[in-house]
Amino acid sequence: MDAPRLAVHHLSTSFPTEGGLVRSVADVSFSIAPGKTTALVGESGSGKSVTSLTLMRLLAKTANAQVSGEARFVTREGRSVDLLQIGEREMRALRGNQLSMIFQEPMTSLNPVFTVGEQIAESVRLHKGLDRSAALAHAKRMLELVEIPAADRRLHEYPHQLSGGMRQRVMIALAMACDPTLLIADEPTTALDVTIQAQILELMRRLQRETGMSILFITHNLGVVAHHADDVVVLYAGRVVESAPVRPLFAAPAHPYTQGLLACLPGKARQPGQPRPARLFAIRGQVSSPLAPPPGCAFEPRCDQAIAACRHAIPELLVNGSSREARCIRVTPVAISEAA
Amino acid sequence: MSLIEVRNLKKYFGSSDRPVRAVDDVSFTIERGETLGLVGESGSGKSTIGRTVLRLVDPSGGQVLYRGDDISALSAERMRKLRSKLQIIFQDPYASLNPKMRIGAILGEALSTHGLHPGKAAREKRVAELLDLVGLRAEHASRFPHEFSGGQRQRIGVARALAVEPEFIVADEPLSALDVSIQSQVINLLADLRERLSLTMLFISHDLDVVEYLCDRVVVLYLGKVMEVAKTDALFERALHPYTRALLAASPKPDPTIASEHVALKGDIPSPMNPPSGCVFRTRCPHAIDACAQHVPVLEEVEPGRWSACIRKEIVMMKVAA
Repeated sequence: MDAPRLAVHHLSTSFPTEGGLVRSVADVSFSIAPGKTTALVGESGSGKSVTSLTLMRLLAKTANAQVSGEARFVTREGRSVDLLQIGEREMRALRGNQLSMIFQEPMTSLNPVFTVGEQIAESVRLHKGLDRSAALAHAKRMLELVEIPAADRRLHEYPHQLSGGMRQRVMIALAMACDPTLLIADEPTTALDVTIQAQILELMRRLQRETGMSILFITHNLGVVAHHADDVVVLYAGRVVESAPVRPLFAAPAHPYTQGLLACLPGKARQPGQPRPARLFAIRGQVSSPLAPPPGCAFEPRCDQAIAACRHAIPELLVNGSSREARCIRVTPVAISEAA
Repeated sequence: MSLIEVRNLKKYFGSSDRPVRAVDDVSFTIERGETLGLVGESGSGKSTIGRTVLRLVDPSGGQVLYRGDDISALSAERMRKLRSKLQIIFQDPYASLNPKMRIGAILGEALSTHGLHPGKAAREKRVAELLDLVGLRAEHASRFPHEFSGGQRQRIGVARALAVEPEFIVADEPLSALDVSIQSQVINLLADLRERLSLTMLFISHDLDVVEYLCDRVVVLYLGKVMEVAKTDALFERALHPYTRALLAASPKPDPTIASEHVALKGDIPSPMNPPSGCVFRTRCPHAIDACAQHVPVLEEVEPGRWSACIRKEIVMMKVAA
């Protein structure tokens, strides 16, 4: 296996608030191989977006985030840098260039007062040093790359003139403009209709095939994960509770939270030829407040398999074999290897 | 007699020369005790239909019959009396509860508006019953909406709709603002209450998996028009209309071993201000022919209880190789 494009070790991000320190991301580790897609899955407040913003160093200064850990990124030139340590100048040279990002809401992430052509051209002028007309020509090629019809005309249009799907294509063109080796996609299709979502996912898959870029795919949609990720990292309350390659994870989830998450999907509830069950599986209760986390396992208050020992300490991530981990004392290593 | 019958419903917004045809000649029925799913993408008119059926907006044409009476012709006074029978659960539990009112007052207002359970003690008792019904506790009545999570707020939204003992509920995307683990709690709640209170429901959603789980029959909409109507099992077993097929294929199943079908639709949903001539779906339909641009296809009963609006009968009736 190739050395990972990105290897995150023990990443933690905390925010001081009036109610105390909130640990949004706590001791998160994962890696992404070149040309592969790792999905970061979790519900609201699980820390998936804070992870991506921390890696891109895009957290607002005013948030006074306290970040620790390491994020080793291998540049195009083969140098290994720690994204959390390098200077702002060096980060600026990487961001939008080798590392780029697409966001959930394409309307708020494009600048409404510039044409889409100007916005794409800006990034290649900055990073590739192209002049205005060469940059605009490059922008047009990018719009063609993301299959926007009549690219010539669209180049001179403003974001409000485009549909949601078209805007997300523009965001992708913008992210792809400098040929990144790592794309962070934060809920890129959540605001889109399913038929448009299918188009955008297909486009991302094609671009990955053609360029060999790695993708960090942040989503809450397990259907999308099943078809578009190679590896899956499940977050709960800021911590990794399970990580595994996609097929073993869906075939035999090890952590009770992952098990519950899959069991409560209405699309999973029904087996072919069987009547639908009268009740869906439901995970009871809700996520604890980040200001008052439970003393032990964060999922313990909602877990059907919890025992007294679960309340004593935060469980370690148990590693089994080469590719699976779960943070649960009820999962024995043997059970994981059987599941795998 | 159907509990609800929608006949040739139209709702146009904006100027009369180039209106937005949000709902364009939609007809369907909802039987007593049935849950009818209304599915479609943005701009399909599903929320507008939900609101027009309750006369929260007035239709531009057509009729909505409740127990055979046309409610679009009722006076404001008679309509207000009827509203206790017809209720709605909104999509966004953050925007649909007044942040300045305590939960007890929110639920109590529904009761006093319809003169139910008069007197402070009776009203408090009923509020406590309602909170219990949706899995909350009586002491929650003294709290404000911001003290609740999204899932709990949606339970309050459900309690408010049920406060006046309705017969019929429009649930307008009641789950889409909720996390997956909370969604299944609310799905179970809706299924339980439907059973216990013998409710009839119009369930509006873009989530096909939820519709498959909760609904008895499904109406598939595209750009303000009905594409297909079928029993849920039949629809998910074998969709007939090309749009329904594309919609089902585009919805990723949470199982990596099921190969995703590649019937991805090209292009965008057209503007409802300027819909295509003939069949509104023809600009994205893989089976469109010249004739599709000529006439608006009629919704026809192609099998008992199954309706489809497509002139390409040979495509519609073709057995899809599994």
